[in-house]
Parts: sequence; structure tokens; C-alpha cells
Amino acid sequence: MVVAVLPPLVLGVLFLAAWQTWIIVSDVQPYVIPRPTDILASFIDDFDLVWRASLVTGMNALVGLVLGSVFGFVVAVLTNRFRFVSEVVNPLAITIAAIPAVVIVGVLNNMYALDSQIPRRIMVTISVFFVVFVQVAKGLRQNDATQMELMRSYAATPFDTLKKVRLPNTMPFFFTGVRTAAPLALIIALVSEYFGGTQNGLGSKISGTLNSSNKALGFAYVLGGALVGLLFFAGSNLLEYLVVPWRRRARSK
Amino acid sequence: METPMTSPSQPAVVVTGLNKIFNHGQPNQVDALVDIDLEVQPGEFISLIGPSGCGKSTLLRLVADLLEPTSGAVTINGKSAHQARVDQDYGMAFQQSGLFEWRSVERNIELPLELKGWDKAKRRERAKEMLELVKLPEFAQHMPWQLSGGMQQRVAIARALASHPKLLLMDEPFGALDEMTREHMQAELLRICAAAGTTVIFVTHSIPEAVYLADRVVVMSPRPGRITEIVNVGLGRGRTELTREAGEFFARVTEVREALRGIEMADAARGIEDR
Ligand SMILES: Nc1ncnc2c1ncn2[C@@H]1O[C@H](COP(=O)(O)OP(=O)(O)OP(=O)(O)O)[C@@H](O)[C@H]1O
Ligand SMILES: [Mg+2]
Repeated sequence: MVVAVLPPLVLGVLFLAAWQTWIIVSDVQPYVIPRPTDILASFIDDFDLVWRASLVTGMNALVGLVLGSVFGFVVAVLTNRFRFVSEVVNPLAITIAAIPAVVIVGVLNNMYALDSQIPRRIMVTISVFFVVFVQVAKGLRQNDATQMELMRSYAATPFDTLKKVRLPNTMPFFFTGVRTAAPLALIIALVSEYFGGTQNGLGSKISGTLNSSNKALGFAYVLGGALVGLLFFAGSNLLEYLVVPWRRRARSK
Repeated sequence: METPMTSPSQPAVVVTGLNKIFNHGQPNQVDALVDIDLEVQPGEFISLIGPSGCGKSTLLRLVADLLEPTSGAVTINGKSAHQARVDQDYGMAFQQSGLFEWRSVERNIELPLELKGWDKAKRRERAKEMLELVKLPEFAQHMPWQLSGGMQQRVAIARALASHPKLLLMDEPFGALDEMTREHMQAELLRICAAAGTTVIFVTHSIPEAVYLADRVVVMSPRPGRITEIVNVGLGRGRTELTREAGEFFARVTEVREALRGIEMADAARGIEDR
């Protein structure tokens, strides 16, 4: 554990030190690029601001991540189980995936009140949905031949086979989807703030303050975003670790 | 366990005029099995041996109703193969243990019982009994990945035997094991099946294994798959490690080998382990 964490940690510290040294030596103005120490000071001083903005964006990303994961999972299972569902969902999925995300946020913003976070959450949900849907659909198609023959020899019903074998088999794929979708959810939540609506999230604050002279605060917001991202990463990994323990072993082998 | 109304002399498995053609009428048509007739008596141990691709697994799957025959019929204790599968009248084990990674050892063994609708207490009880049978009582709570390959295979066999089936179908279950474990497992299997009076059809690539285990060795040939010879082993019950060194054992091994060599002459045999 320590061995795994140490190299990136050392690298990060070295990078920050180089940054700091470079700015001091080359005498760059703080309104162009701030020093790491200034960013940290600003992060601590204005923690309240960073915290509130992080909460807004983090919440949008989290709600979208959860909803998108649930929908992605359920719809993938239904498409796998019932042919008519796949006949409806597949063309629809391709169509929606082909629309540029920007257009969707623009349209949604017009449909909801100006101060609503719902369009952003819908946007995140849609993006997450596809990632998780694709993974779960893949997992449901990959079954161990011996296990399937055994279930047939037990005269198990399709529902029993789904519940007792195919769903557990799919869980690692589901979590691969969630882990992949977690950073994506945050990025979409950040970017979707650029297309109107209330300007109280991290995305709006970053674009606002980075254009002002208080660059240190802008970078403090970026730091807030990075921490939220780290939280999402750790959270989705922890969840996988807890729910599919048999994968731990498989991967550590 | 209730048993169907049968006369004591009724065969455990009857295979009559069985044919299996894959991809019928297509360029890649395979005549996997042609005119197979076989009768297995209750409590009898049958080894199936033959070159790779001669249809051993296909025959076993037809008996298990995992495949539909092109023509012909399989009867298990007087029932159709389909009815026997629905009633879970047989247990099955493969070369891959096919254990469910997310279930503990005991819950793996309980799965077929669960699907039969047994209540939890009864399942636990039976799983415990089966684990004692395969000499793994202290591993009930372990997960499959915590077991060696040989132990996993023993769990798979315990699972196949869990509902006390009258018939056991095995497709190279010891194929992936080392020689020592393999011989140990062979002796265990004989002990378990003799005690329970289980009828066994056992597919193998190993001539000594086929002879050591079986009452009769069924020798098959490929393209098209058919039964060419049935060797009566006649080593009696209560076989031990000494059986492997008996002259009669070697005589039967030679007999099976010659039956297989006959096939080899006619057709290039592949994949027979001669040890
Ligand atoms: N599902 C299938 N579709 C098409 N052909 C098949 C199928 N299953 C088996 N066959 C063919 O039937 C023949 C018999 O196969 P089978 O698996 O029964 O052989 P086997 O005796 O078990 O061989 P091995 O000793 O290698 O396991 C082979 O030629 C194989 O290619
Ligand atoms: Mg085979």
C-alpha cells in the first residue's frame, strides 16, 4: 500500500516545488500564474466559498452518477432479457449518443427554471448511462460455459439463472462502468455549467475567477474540483472492493 | 429420497439408436455420433474413452439432455432424458470445476438443492455431509479462490453428489489435476460411488484411469463417432492402490490400448494419453 502511494506522492511534491521555484526565480506575476503556496492560502482562507461551490457541482455529479448507473444497469438487464426492449433501446441509444452533449444542455436549460440544477443532472445521467449500459450489456453476454451448463443440468429457470449466475457475473463489469463513469460525471457536471443557469458551481466559479486578477482563488476552486474528483475515484473503488470481493483476488493475482 | 417405480432389473441408462449431426445440411456438417446403443446397469461404472473429437462429450451431453439428439432416444431409470433433467435425477461434473466465485464452498454445494426448493437447514446439513465425504469439512466457509485446483474439483464433485443422485455424469473431471492428486481422487470417487450405489458414466483420456475406475470401458472411434469395442474390466470391487500394479490390471490396460490402436490404424488418433 505504502509502496504504491509513495511514488506518485513524491512526484506530486517535486512538481509543486518546481512550480514554486520557477515562479520565484523567473519572477512571474501572481495574476498570471499563482504560486502553489498562494493557492493553498487562498484555499484555506476562502474554504467556505470553495466548499459551497464544490457541494453544488459534486451533488450534480453524484446524483447523475447514481441515476445513470441505476438506469444503465436496469436497462441493460431488460434489453438482455427481453428482445423487444433491445429493439426499442438500441436505436434510441445510438440516436441519443450521436447528439452532441452541448445541444442537450441548451435544450434542457430552456425547459427548466433559470436556477434549476436539473438540466445538469440530466446531462450527467445521460453520459453515465451509456458508459454503464455498455459495460453491463457486455458482462451479461459473457458467461462461463461450464456454469451455464450446470444451471441447465439443474433445470434452473431463466430467472434463476439470471439472479444466481448472470447478475453476479456482471457485477465486476458494472463496477468497471461506474469507475469509468465517475470522473466523467464530474467533468460533465463542471462543463454543463458553462451553458447558462445559476453560476454557483465549481465550473462557473473557475471560469469566472480565472478571468479575474485573483488567480489564486481560481486555482483554489480547481483544487476543490480535484479533491471532489479524488473522492469520486476513491468512493467508486471502495464500493467495488466491498460489493465484488471475489474480484479483488482475481486482480491481485 | 423417493425413487420411481422400477423393477430391480431396469437399466439405469438406455441409449438406443442415438445419432447426433451438428449443422445438418451445411458445409460444416459434423456426424458427431452414429447409431450409438448402450445399456448401463444400476450401480455400474462406465468409462468412455476415445480419440479427441470422437463424440464422448457429445454423448454425455445427450444423456444429460443438454443437447437434443438428431434421432434416437435416451432413457434414464425409465424416464426420458428431458424428464430426468427436470427432476434433477443426475449430478454432473466437468473438467472445469465451474464453481461460482461469489459463493462460499458450502453455498456452492447448496446451489442445486436451493433450486430443488430445499429449506436452508436441510441444505446446510447436506452440504456439511458432502464436505465430510470429500474430506474438506473445515473449508465450508472458504471462497473457491482460496482452494487449490484439486480441492476445487472435490467441491465440484461434492456439489454433483449433493442431491444423492442415482446417476453421475463426469466429463474428464480429473483432467486438469496432477498425477498424485488424480490417483487419490480416483480412489475417493470409487469409494463414494460404491457406498451410495451410484451409477457413473465417466469420460477420460487416460487408459489407466479408465481401467482402474470402470466395470466396463467403452471405446469410441471418430468420424463418425461410434462405439467400436466394450472391454469388460472384471477387477471386481474394493480396488486399492495395489490394483494398479496387478497383472490383470495391465492386461486390461493393454486390451483397451489395442482397441484404441485399432482405431489409430484406421484413422490418425489424436490426444490419447498413454500412461
Ligand atoms: N456445438 C457443436 N457444434 C458443432 N460441432 C460440434 C459441437 N460440439 C461438438 N462438435 C463436434 O462434434 C465432434 C465431437 O465432439 P466432442 O466434444 O463430443 O468430442 P470429444 O470426444 O469430447 O473430444 P475431446 O476428447 O477432445 O473432449 C467434434 O468433431 C466436434 O467438432
Ligand atoms: Mg470432450
